[in-house]
Amino acid sequence: MKRPFKTRIKTLKIDGIDVGAREDETLLELAQENDIFIPTLCHLEGVHDIGGCRLCLVEVKGTNKLLPACMTYAEEGMEVTTNSERLQMYRRQVLDLLFSERNHVCSVCVSNGHCELQWLAGKLGISHVGVPYLYPQLSVDASHRFYIYDPNRCILCTRCVRVCDEIEGAHTWDVMGRGTDCLIISDLNQPWGTSDTCTRCGKCVQVCPTGALFHKTKAVAEMEKRRDFLPYLRTMREGRK
Amino acid sequence: MSTKQTLATVWLDGCSGCHMSFLDIDERLLELAVLADLVYSPLVDTKEFPEMVDITLIEGAVSSEEDYHKIKKVRAHTRLLVSLGDCAVTANVPAMRNRFSVRSVLERAYLENADLNQQIPVEVIPSLRERSVPVHQVVPVDIFIPGCPPSNDTIYYGLTELLAGRRPDFGTMTRFGA
Repeated sequence: MKRPFKTRIKTLKIDGIDVGAREDETLLELAQENDIFIPTLCHLEGVHDIGGCRLCLVEVKGTNKLLPACMTYAEEGMEVTTNSERLQMYRRQVLDLLFSERNHVCSVCVSNGHCELQWLAGKLGISHVGVPYLYPQLSVDASHRFYIYDPNRCILCTRCVRVCDEIEGAHTWDVMGRGTDCLIISDLNQPWGTSDTCTRCGKCVQVCPTGALFHKTKAVAEMEKRRDFLPYLRTMREGRK
Repeated sequence: MSTKQTLATVWLDGCSGCHMSFLDIDERLLELAVLADLVYSPLVDTKEFPEMVDITLIEGAVSSEEDYHKIKKVRAHTRLLVSLGDCAVTANVPAMRNRFSVRSVLERAYLENADLNQQIPVEVIPSLRERSVPVHQVVPVDIFIPGCPPSNDTIYYGLTELLAGRRPDFGTMTRFGA
């Protein structure tokens, strides 16, 4: 990803704490650097941000709009609030909607105990889901030789789409439909196992925050994802240029 | 008349794992018995739900007509209603049938997969409702304890806090699927 700015230092406040940021740094990166927790599910170090999950919304003094921290660059004199009651309420609502939109059953999921959605629900104190569940009819795609795609557990973060396109360069995954009909599809909406572009590298499986993409050999609670390869690959490639 | 607080547990559509986890409190059950009387439960012999109970733990989702009427009655006769475990909190595994019609679920279970006596029961077994839902979608719930099942320590902590008149903060003790 090409940064749009030359590096200059900006000073600003996050939650009342004075911080210094590079001009090309997003508020999310800056917060993480300073050990300030901002929840996110679609952000993934090593691929570009899309501001999709809306969990990293923050308040910036001087604007009524909530801004996604992953898409907002640090500016001189900014005053950022990351954890107000209003933000907590919206974040809980986002998680409520994510849990209710698909068929998430933590107790029988391959990713139980290693799932970012489940972890975040615990972290943000979601003791129950306040809206009715939708129970959509979605079929599991087990046509691939090594992996399974279960859209019942997909939260549409599109990490798989981005890693496949930007890092692997295959662009097997893409997005189809809108709203609750939105789906991640492989190639031209065909069974994953019949995809001509998939290289079977498994990067999508490793970056998936939930149990939507997993290894065929894994049973309940056995699927642990490994993400360390991504910043490493990124650094190696940038260093080569 | 005892001045002890009263405790009840109710088993709706669940696997009884939450009750097992409750029993798994082991010798600390004696400490709980000092604080409260267990007045209604699958674990005791009382047939009718008492006039008023201080704390009722609910295991299981609301899936059948019997569950539905039971939970309405229990709510009306309980001061503090606790959804115990993922089936009560999220409908969990029982809700996995919600994507299919009741008819097709029954046909699958009692006709297609049955070797003998292939027939859908119409007596004794309560009829299924259209959907299996979390308890709080039917009646108001005061406390939620997620987990599949919540650990014995979680249940013990929750109960002792509630019996002491405090609202338990489970923090990271438990979560969905725990």
